[in-house]
Amino acid sequence: MLKINNLHASIEEKSILKGLNLEVKAGEVHAIMGPNGAGKSTMANVIAGKEEYEVTDGVIELNGEDISELAPEERAHNGVFLSFQYPVEIPGVSVTNFIKTAINETRKAKGLEDMPAKDMLKMIREKSELLEIDRKFLSRSLNEGFSGGEKKRNEIFQMAMLEPKLAILDETDSGLDIDALRIVANGVNKLKSKDNAVVVITHYQRLLDYIVPDFVHVLHDGKIVKTGDASLALELEAKGYDWIKKELV
Amino acid sequence: MELLKDKILSSYVAFENDININSDVHDIRTEALENFEKLGFPTKKLEAWKYTSLNSILKEDYSIFPNKCTAVELADVKKYFIHDIDTYKVVFIDGKYSPFLSETTHDTIDVCLMSAAFAKPKYKPVIEKYFNKVANQDNLTSLNTAFAKEGAYIHIPRNVEVEKPIQIINFSTCADITTMVQPRNLIVVEENAHVQIIERHQSLTSNAVLSNVVTEIFVDKSATVDVYKIQNDDINASLVDNTYINQKSNSVASVHTFSFGGNITRNNLNFYQNGEHIDSILKGVTIIEGKQHVDHHTLVDHIEPNCESHQDYKGIYDERSTGVFNGKVIVNKEAQKTNAYQQNNNVLVSDKATINAKPQLEIFADDVKCSHGCTIGQLDDDALFYMQQRGIPQKEGKGLLMFAFANTVLESVKIPEVKSRITKLIAEKLNVNIGFDL
Ligand SMILES: Nc1ncnc2c1ncn2[C@@H]1O[C@H](COP(=O)(O)OP(=O)(O)O)[C@@H](O)[C@H]1O
Ligand SMILES: [Mg+2]
Repeated sequence: MLKINNLHASIEEKSILKGLNLEVKAGEVHAIMGPNGAGKSTMANVIAGKEEYEVTDGVIELNGEDISELAPEERAHNGVFLSFQYPVEIPGVSVTNFIKTAINETRKAKGLEDMPAKDMLKMIREKSELLEIDRKFLSRSLNEGFSGGEKKRNEIFQMAMLEPKLAILDETDSGLDIDALRIVANGVNKLKSKDNAVVVITHYQRLLDYIVPDFVHVLHDGKIVKTGDASLALELEAKGYDWIKKELV
Repeated sequence: MELLKDKILSSYVAFENDININSDVHDIRTEALENFEKLGFPTKKLEAWKYTSLNSILKEDYSIFPNKCTAVELADVKKYFIHDIDTYKVVFIDGKYSPFLSETTHDTIDVCLMSAAFAKPKYKPVIEKYFNKVANQDNLTSLNTAFAKEGAYIHIPRNVEVEKPIQIINFSTCADITTMVQPRNLIVVEENAHVQIIERHQSLTSNAVLSNVVTEIFVDKSATVDVYKIQNDDINASLVDNTYINQKSNSVASVHTFSFGGNITRNNLNFYQNGEHIDSILKGVTIIEGKQHVDHHTLVDHIEPNCESHQDYKGIYDERSTGVFNGKVIVNKEAQKTNAYQQNNNVLVSDKATINAKPQLEIFADDVKCSHGCTIGQLDDDALFYMQQRGIPQKEGKGLLMFAFANTVLESVKIPEVKSRITKLIAEKLNVNIGFDL
């Protein structure tokens, strides 16, 4: 599904990703862990196509196709979804209207008609129930005045609506209390299938208790420096990152 | 400019043939004419007109007393009304009353004509008490006062809550001549009464039109007045809107100005707070392009203590359009505990567009809360990326962001039909296909 080879990226002349390799197959869950400033969000943003970042070397393939030159919306149309670490507030556009626009623009890009209003409503109802989101919440301005937890839950609601092939969840667990964490994880698990894949960026083991990864990677200084199975996350939780840094020297 | 001034002055005799010149009102008119003769049209030399030049539109050889030029069919103009709700309507065509398109009343409230109010003795006390009592004596207000003859007369007695909004609509139709009109409105809202007004100037011709409007609004104790100005006129029509609002204690007055159309639009919006616990609300959305020009000059005069004012103006300027926001707030020495809020946010879509924004705070009291903020910016890149990430193409994303930026001003619009109409106009202006319900 996703194949990243020797990815180098920089922002304002500052090199951040320094030869990152990652392969994610359909049906898999990957966790990316690593200290603050390691480049995890940068990796997510570069995959999603944020233009501020300059890709200086390497390739990003999605289903065998190089997506490096595609606009962010084209990547989205190809099934890339990024749950933002810091979702942006957009006053004046309600959650419902935003997601309707997103879905219909994606359909338009695929040559499909708008989703019939009836189907849209039904889907919104189903998915908001799945994430235990209140009706009133949906008519509020997107992310405006939302608590940290509400923002993250809203990200996963949008993911549920858009049904992406590759979902990257950037610290979706931070700011969530344990109930919200369970709801969000449950939502992600319900959407999992053998045809899609999830990349979970997190600092903590606790989300991985619910969304069990097939692979755990440690990202440090712009590179994946260690890969293991779910037990690696437990080890990191217990021992921190310093032992890995030492291993590297 | 001088030519037009001379033409106006020399036409006054003809104007006087048509009206009762033996009245107090006419004394006010002639005094105003002398004032206009002295002042002439405003030029960029005046501080208040530094960024707005009328030169290009004052070159026209306007007809000063147009007759109704073209017959207007309801079907052709229905779209300019808020027609999905029941309303009173006072409609003028080329400055003349159109009984056919209007729906006036004398049942409890008066929604009728200035010409009638000037002529009939029963209105004399109201005219004497209010006419030209809050309007100031500047160039264009004086010009309007000199020719004050027709417009909407609205009088709401105490404790009456008027259910139906009142629409004041001025159409221009002349296809062979360019026209200048001077509508004069008087709105008196007595104690604890409540009324909603929708005002629109609409040219149905591509000929030049210049409307110089004066509206005086008196808001008595505990009364509420909401005014919605829809400025989406033909590209050859220009407007100078002079609105003067006098508020008494515990009253609330709001004016929303939606400026999307027209050639040159100048809004002089003045609030005078003569009492305590007054709330004045001034909101505006401006979305223009081409060579359009919109100038908002606002004044809130906080005269007594414990009052509030809230200003929120947003503008989106594309191509070579130009905008002006000059928001003056005066807090007089006695006006302690004033809470004055002013916000002016602008987006320049094109690097050829310009905005001149100037907050002007004159504060003479010490225990007050005054805040003002002014931004001139481009669209938020992070928000744009967020939208693109969800599959919304950049162009649509920009449209939606601008739509959202402007749309927040509509939250305070109390008439749902006006709100949805304006929302649609905004979406149209921004080329946003709002594939969702409003
Ligand atoms: N927009 C930006 N401008 C400048 N520096 C940035 C920007 N985004 C990220 N960085 C820098 O890149 C490095 C990696 O950041 P980030 O990818 O957010 O790390 P992580 O998500 O792993 O905590 C940090 O040193 C950060 O300061
Ligand atoms: Mg991060």
